[in-house]
Order: sequence, then C-alpha cells, then structure tokens
Amino acid sequence: MSERIDVSIEHRHAPPDESGRPHPNTCPKCGSHYRDDELAEHLNVCPQCGHHFPVHARERIQQLVDADTFAEEAAELRSDDPLGFFDLRPYPERLAEAELSTGLGEAMVIGRAAIEDQPCQLAVMEFGFMGGSMGRVVGEKFARACEGAAERGAPLVSVTTTGGARMQEGILSLMQLPKTVCAVEDLHDAGGALISVMAHPTTAGVLASFASLGDVLVAEPGALLSFTGPRVVQQTTREKLPEDFGLAESNLRHGHVDAIVPRPELRPTLGRLLRLFADGR
Amino acid sequence: MAGEAEQLRLRSQLSRLRSLPLLRGAKLSGELERLQRQLDRIVAEPSDEEIWRSVELARHPDRPYTLDYVERLLEDWFELHGDHHHGDDAAVVAGLGHFRGRTVVLVGNQKGRDVKERTRRNFGMAYPEGYGKAMRAMELADRHGFPLLTLVDIPGAYPGVTAEEHGQGGAIARAQALMARLRVPVVTCVIGEGGSGGAIATALADRVLMQENSIYTVISPEGCAAILWRDAGEARKAAAAFKPDAAHCLELGVIDAIVPEPEAGAHTDPDESARLLGDALAESLELLETHDGDELRRQRRVRFRTIGQIPATR
Repeated sequence: MSERIDVSIEHRHAPPDESGRPHPNTCPKCGSHYRDDELAEHLNVCPQCGHHFPVHARERIQQLVDADTFAEEAAELRSDDPLGFFDLRPYPERLAEAELSTGLGEAMVIGRAAIEDQPCQLAVMEFGFMGGSMGRVVGEKFARACEGAAERGAPLVSVTTTGGARMQEGILSLMQLPKTVCAVEDLHDAGGALISVMAHPTTAGVLASFASLGDVLVAEPGALLSFTGPRVVQQTTREKLPEDFGLAESNLRHGHVDAIVPRPELRPTLGRLLRLFADGR
Repeated sequence: MAGEAEQLRLRSQLSRLRSLPLLRGAKLSGELERLQRQLDRIVAEPSDEEIWRSVELARHPDRPYTLDYVERLLEDWFELHGDHHHGDDAAVVAGLGHFRGRTVVLVGNQKGRDVKERTRRNFGMAYPEGYGKAMRAMELADRHGFPLLTLVDIPGAYPGVTAEEHGQGGAIARAQALMARLRVPVVTCVIGEGGSGGAIATALADRVLMQENSIYTVISPEGCAAILWRDAGEARKAAAAFKPDAAHCLELGVIDAIVPEPEAGAHTDPDESARLLGDALAESLELLETHDGDELRRQRRVRFRTIGQIPATR
C-alpha cells in the first residue's frame, strides 16, 4: 500500500511550510486540515468550526452565479507605474508577480451575471493581488461596473476583500475613494442599487468608500471590517482592544452592517435581495 | 543641466501654471516677480530634500491652522458645534461667516497650539462625530445655497477603538457621498497635512487647491515606510517615493492650483498667508458662481471620475 500523502481531518496539524507559516488549508481557528477538494466542496468554510477561509475572485464568482452566466468585462485593463514607484522593489515587478500568481490582470474582476435567474452586475475583489489594494485600475473597473449596472437596470453586487488603497500609486490611489463614491452616487441617481458584500478583510480606503455605501451591507462571519487595522490601533493608542475588535460581529452590534451571512447562505441571500430590488422597479 | 525634452516639459508646465486663474488676476500683479521666483521653484522637479522639507513645513508647529485663517478671512464667524446626535469633535471646526461680502459655510480640521489644546483637539485627528459635524454643516450650506469652503489639515482620521466602534470608515464614505451630492460651489484647500481618508472625507470639491508647503498623501510617510520598508524610520524614502508635495499633486492632476505662501513658509507670516489663501479661495469661488447647482454637481463627479486616467488599454 502506498503511503498516504494527503493530509485529512484526522491529521489535526499539518506541518508548517519552510517559511514557518501555517499551511493555507489548515484552519487557523480549530487547526483542522483539509485537501483542496474538501475545502472547495464546503465553499472554503471549515466543516468543523465554521471558519471562513479566503476565496479567490474566480472561485467566488463560481460560488455565487448561475452556471455559465458570467461574462467578464474590462479584463484587459492593466496598471502602469504613474510615480515610478520603487520601495524595496519596483512596482511593475510587484504587478507582474501578482498577475503571475493570481492569473488576474488586477485586484478586481467585473462583469455581468445572473444569480438565481436575477440579472446583476458583479465587482469581485482578489486579495491575492497585492492585498486586494485599490489603485487606478480597480477604481476604474468599479466605476465601469456601476455604469454597466445603471445601463442595464440591474443591481451591482460588490464583494470586497482588501487592505485599502494601493500605496504604490500614491495620491492617485487616494483619489479612487472619491472616484468610486461618485460612481455609486451616479448609480443611485440612475435608480440602481448596490449590494455590498464585505469579506475578510475589508479595511481602510475601500471601507471608507464604496463598500460602505451599499443600499444593503452584508458581511461574512469573522471578517475584519475596520478603517484602521488592530495592529496599528494597538501601536498608536496603546488601548486594550476588545476581543472582537473590528470584526463583522462587532460591526453588527454597533449598527454598521445589516447582516452577517455565512457563505453557504450567501447565494440564496443575494438571490432574495436581487428579487426584492427587481420587483420594486 | 536639464535636457531639451526636460526643458520643454518645464516650459509647458510653467505656461500651464501661468494660465491658472489664480495667478492671472490684477490683485497679484504687484508681486509677479516674487511669484515668478516661487513658480520657478515650484516648477522645477522637487528634489527628495525639497519633498521632505514640505513634509516638515506642513507639520510645523507654528503653521497657521484653520481657526487662524477663519480669524483673518471671515467676519461674523459663528461656530457650529456637535453632530447633534452623539458628540462634539474638537478636531473638526465648522461654521458660518461672511467671506468677502457673502455668507459661506466653512469646514476645517483643527490642531491645537499648546499641549492642552492639542489633547483637546486630539492632534487634529477626527472621530466619526467630526465628520458628522462636517456633514451637518455641508447640508446647511446646500439647503441655503451658501458656498462651502473646506480647509484640510489632518494627519489622518483617528485610529482608535471608539472611533472604529462609531463607524470611522462609513463616516468617511458618507461624507464624500454627501459632497458628491451638493448643489453649491465647493472649494477645498489643503493647508497642512492632507492625510489619507481623513482628508478626502472633506475634499470632494469642485476646485481643490494646495498651499505651497502642504502635503497630500494616501498614507503617512511613516506608515508607508513601516509597511513597505518595514521600518518607520525610512519615512524620507517613502515620501520621496510617493511624492506628496503640491508640485507633484498638480502635475498628476489631483489639484487645480498651488496657493503661494510667504517666502519662508506660512508660519513666518500668517497674515500674508491668509491674504494669499483668501485671494485664491475668492478666485475659485468666482470661477464657480456662474454654474447652476446641477451642473456643478455633474462636473464635480466628472472631475473625480477622470482624475489619474489609466493608460490606454492594451
């Protein structure tokens, strides 16, 4: 009998990789470990404890939309390097690396789709692309998604997972906040709706712009939704942080989101919301 | 020695600067020579040292703050307090006043001058309540057709537990959304630190100006250095990389004009700084007053829709 290579649930702790980071398929909450197919089958939610693992943009779209209804738009857009930004490495190198590792041209995928037979526009972020940061291309794609939604009279569903604005584009990335805000305002003026789904993490510049402007704000369980992250708050203020600082649950308690929706219920929930918005028109 | 292409670029920049309405008016004609000198300095690509000097001057403890300008530029100032909902954030001031003969609403960030006032004003770092106050003042302006002036001088929105619990991100988003809906002329000037989301919350304006030695940043130089260089001590390098100075912001199309300061910086002559700022604000308002409300709003959104256009698609 060949030696088993797959680590399954009974192997509670998979060995960390060379860098010392825990394996991405190991649940950080309960330590359970899964094969890729096991995780995919459960929508990347830990069957043991309910922890929500990250979901890549393409996978997310597949989880949410009716089969074969997604038509991607603006996939050709790529960032350039407006500032000639160089930190420890040149920005174009980071962009190229992100594209190679994610297979995506930027940190947001937009397009048309249907969810439970309801037409909608989608704008889905990819955390794996430079921390899901928002530079000019992400801002442009989101603005185009708003315009597409307005033109088609279909609601826009955004799914965010992001560390905020992209530092490498300097002040131009800050300008994506007002840009996306203006796009949402135009969408609203045209009678369109925005349903904002906030996955872990949705922070800083994206939380402080379009993600917070949805007609309905939905969060995934355990998602960090804070303008400033816990580490910086701790360092700056030396305050003792509550255990659930900035998490979706804390945001719900303080009145900043409408609902926390576990991933298996997300598709039906969006279907219901899309029907409600469609019937009101 | 700059190459030919470089000189051409500088010349075109200079002519662009010259054509700015801010520098055209007769009010400034007596000072053309001094302005020209400043322009030469502005137009030349700022060196890393000059960028860092802007950072230092923007944070200079004697730099005039919002209320210093209010005192010098507005008559009959009546300060509004509180968001009328939860609290009064002293890091944001808002009020009504007469500016050169007309009623305006002014919203600004406010730092403190001494230890006690600095603490009271939370070093200029706003809570969501501050944005609530700002929004209340903006709505008042819209309701009564008063132009809105905003002065930006904030290191960043306050990064604290209570601020988060009160919805810091959402407050910043909603303040911008409100500004995108206003039907009155809106002019913003960055007068010190334009720190990230905390700044843009009150800067979604028809015309955006920066004082010569102010900075406008997506993240503080220290914050950027801590993340990308893993060392907050590399703030100079970070600032040189993300170019937060007024000249670069103008070149990138983020702002419409640079407001000159007295030769050695605004803090050396607050009266003169106020006069220069007042002229710039008045000229901007003049430019906007012929537009009706819907048109202003439409153009304001177009402005932000088109800033920093991405390169042509491949």
